[in-house]
Amino acid sequence: MATDASVKYRINDLVKVRVASPPGHFRTPTYIQGKTGQIVALCGVFPNPESLAHAGSGLPKQPLYRVEFEQSEVWAEYPGPAKDKILVDIYQHWLEPVEAPGEP
Amino acid sequence: MPRVHDRGGWSTNEPIDRSDHQLTDWERRIDALHGVLGAKGLRTTDEMRRAIESLEPELYESMSYYEKWTAALEILLLEKGVLSKEEINQQVASSKGQE
Repeated sequence: MATDASVKYRINDLVKVRVASPPGHFRTPTYIQGKTGQIVALCGVFPNPESLAHAGSGLPKQPLYRVEFEQSEVWAEYPGPAKDKILVDIYQHWLEPVEAPGEP
Repeated sequence: MPRVHDRGGWSTNEPIDRSDHQLTDWERRIDALHGVLGAKGLRTTDEMRRAIESLEPELYESMSYYEKWTAALEILLLEKGVLSKEEINQQVASSKGQE
């Protein structure tokens, strides 16, 4: 039995989205790859859709986080207010830790 | 390189078609078939997405929403051995004969 991936990030943690284009199905849009955001919620721990899409078991399950990004960081010429955010739900295996500025 | 379905951020000057249309009978039937196959464990949402995303870009662009669903269901039913290409071709040929 595969054990579920353990929940690695906490709310307010900074994370960077991996840049990848694996063969098969994945749920991480290209426009958000490589961007840095902040965890705002743990949505739950779910079977991995990348495995389910190919009739796999979906195991180990992956934590899914809601991650908040600055719109102005995601879009080079974002015309809206500077305070605008974009929220994207991203599975843990697409995220890398980022140390908060000022921390060693 | 984003694949055909991964459209967020593609630059375009094309207006978004927001027009609504009445569903036709065949579209309702495909929707129902999609539901039945899900209930019987013969397809999942993730498999449907993967099958739709595997369509050739020109085909993907030329197909309507439910045409994509139909193509994806065909891909999955062939993959799982529920239907064969011969059975589908025969049925299509006999349906055309009835028109």
